[in-house]
Amino acid sequence: MQLTGAQALIKSLEQQGVEVVFGLPGGAILPVYDPLIDSSIRHILVRHEQGAGHMAEGYALATGRPGVAMVTSGPGATNIVTPIGNAHMDSTPLVVITGQVASGSIGTDAFQECDITGITMGITKHNFLVKSAQEIPRAVAAAFHLATTGRPGPVLIDVPKDVTQSMMDWWYPSTIEEYDLPGYRPEAPLDENAIARAVALIDVAERPVLYVGGGTLKSRASAELLAFAERTKMPVVTTLMARGAFPDSHEQHLGMPGMHGMYTAVTAIQKCDLLISLGARFDDRVTGKIPAFAAGAKVIHVDIDKAEFNKVRHADVAVQSNVAAALLAFDAASATPRNLDAWWKQIRAWQERYPLVYEEPSTDGLLRPQHVIQAIAAKAEPGTIIASGVGQHQMWASQFWKFEEPGTWINSGGAGTMGFGVPSAIGAKVGRPERTVWCIDGDGCFQMTAQELVTARAEGIPIKVAILNNAYLGMVRQWQEMFYEERYSEVYLSADLPDYVKWAEAMGCVGLRATNLKEMHDVIEEANKINDVPVVIDFRTDSSEKVFPMVAAGASNDDIMVHPLQRGVAK
Amino acid sequence: MSATPEPFLGVVDHTPVRHHILSVLVENKAGVLARIAGLFARRGFNIYSLAVAPAESGARFSRVTIVVDAESAPLEQIVGQLDKLVNVVAISDISPKDALERELLIATIKTDVDNRTSLLDIIANAGAAIVDVDAKSVTVMLAGTPGGCDELERALESFAEVELHRTGRVALPRLGKTASA
Repeated sequence: MQLTGAQALIKSLEQQGVEVVFGLPGGAILPVYDPLIDSSIRHILVRHEQGAGHMAEGYALATGRPGVAMVTSGPGATNIVTPIGNAHMDSTPLVVITGQVASGSIGTDAFQECDITGITMGITKHNFLVKSAQEIPRAVAAAFHLATTGRPGPVLIDVPKDVTQSMMDWWYPSTIEEYDLPGYRPEAPLDENAIARAVALIDVAERPVLYVGGGTLKSRASAELLAFAERTKMPVVTTLMARGAFPDSHEQHLGMPGMHGMYTAVTAIQKCDLLISLGARFDDRVTGKIPAFAAGAKVIHVDIDKAEFNKVRHADVAVQSNVAAALLAFDAASATPRNLDAWWKQIRAWQERYPLVYEEPSTDGLLRPQHVIQAIAAKAEPGTIIASGVGQHQMWASQFWKFEEPGTWINSGGAGTMGFGVPSAIGAKVGRPERTVWCIDGDGCFQMTAQELVTARAEGIPIKVAILNNAYLGMVRQWQEMFYEERYSEVYLSADLPDYVKWAEAMGCVGLRATNLKEMHDVIEEANKINDVPVVIDFRTDSSEKVFPMVAAGASNDDIMVHPLQRGVAK
Repeated sequence: MSATPEPFLGVVDHTPVRHHILSVLVENKAGVLARIAGLFARRGFNIYSLAVAPAESGARFSRVTIVVDAESAPLEQIVGQLDKLVNVVAISDISPKDALERELLIATIKTDVDNRTSLLDIIANAGAAIVDVDAKSVTVMLAGTPGGCDELERALESFAEVELHRTGRVALPRLGKTASA
């Protein structure tokens, strides 16, 4: 069967089971948009290519399947660089297809030419410049294989216009050998010796902590984690990237560790004698000052990527494995720590002394952002998916929402990409249309990517957006208040400019506003009744609210600052 | 990582303890060298020298011999990150004491009657060969150890005009020794 390269590209995506592509056409990718008309694949037409990338990420995080985005060359390609970098930092499986100028024009500074494989070399797991139509099926199959196996990540396929316009004999690789990836070994056989040494460390542990990272979600190891944790009675912390990997309602769950983590989660790590890292990477936002991090602990480091071992923290035992297989091996060896009663007694004392707190909401003043999140949660159906941008609202969402299952927390971790919330929420809703999707956003973040609500309305994707509008770039404001003597530099945004309600309405959404407690409850009720169009709520919140607990950048986690209410000091 | 990283592809220092030799088999595809160079640059790993040529198995693979500064980053990190490049097929690490290292030096030296004799002595002492000659210049070649090339390079410093090129080293394990994969 003779096909054009463009037809082969679409057919290859169909072969991979792709159900949706997020994208925006342009000159160099034009040939591919023609056979798309006849395809079963749904295309979501975005308003900016960054939106396409973040939607694909949201889709991937909510479903566990790779997200697919397609854009044109030049600025189309550079506009999607931020999502690619974001997916690279968070190991999110993504396949990004970019158009490229015709092969003969490459290197001539042709119209809308840019070296996107060069630009994304350091922020993709791999990328391809496809040189002939005959190679398209192999490139697509290899891209999906690379994106989804081992440590997942973004893969980019750059396709020159003449390649999509020329003819090929249809074929599709049926075996991994045909992908032609002689250097790719995503999995290593489980090292029995490492398992035995890990089990020996577990067996003598008196104060262990399970440090659960995003790799636990990526390897779909939640069931194995629950079984292992319940059998061994070990306390569990879940990082920002792992929220939902272990139920927040579980009594062994101490919450999130790190810069804005729960006091008990942070302190239990500091005082533990064995830290079992499960698909986590000792990020600086978790460790604080590295030499002071869990200074008395032995470390068992489980990761599928061996380059993570000893990168930040020395691993006493390194287990190269996906998290599920390692936990099953620990279980098979009946790894069991010593009696943990004294450890749990200590942990319960910390929890009792330093729960998560915020000041009482006042009935007439500005809303407390933490209270808004709890009020949304109180009325949300079980299984609601939460997306967020980056900043204070993200930390409060992670702290105050109760995550019970994988795929319910859509968030930008390593890269900290402002504007991630709205498009990633749209992508999550496309992937899980039966779920309610709330985006907890900040006013600064919302302004970066809000135009994708036009996409959401046009495509019938009814997400709900809660803007915690404190009129500031809140996290930067918090740092300037705490560390720059309240010298506020370029952080004020205004609560009224733009008018978020009118803006929402102009984009075809329902716009609501809440300035006091009664309105807050009313608009949440109203938003929950709307299931056909996107809803945006402008919650007017108190800009003086800060995220606590907090470990200052570069400080030891021992120097965690609790909420002023818990210091016995008036705020 | 050292506090003051040396410049990428910087000044050669053959102090034996600092360097390690990575013999890297890569797919012979466009951009592979850029991927390796980019990785070293963005992770702050320093390269002393780099030599690339098609590998024994024909056009499909190339062998890249990289002399790395094992103090700029732990060797385990360098190898681990390098191994994640999809086009990298195999890495063997040859420790300096087990390595048979060779490098090619060529140099053209402007000479006159006065100093031609001393140049011939230097060439003879170094075991180098004269590969081209005219009335005003001599081109010499040395295929030898990196240390031998260093000595010749230093000896030629006394001449006013020298154009000197070195290839960077290639290496194999000494007989009876093995590279660690």
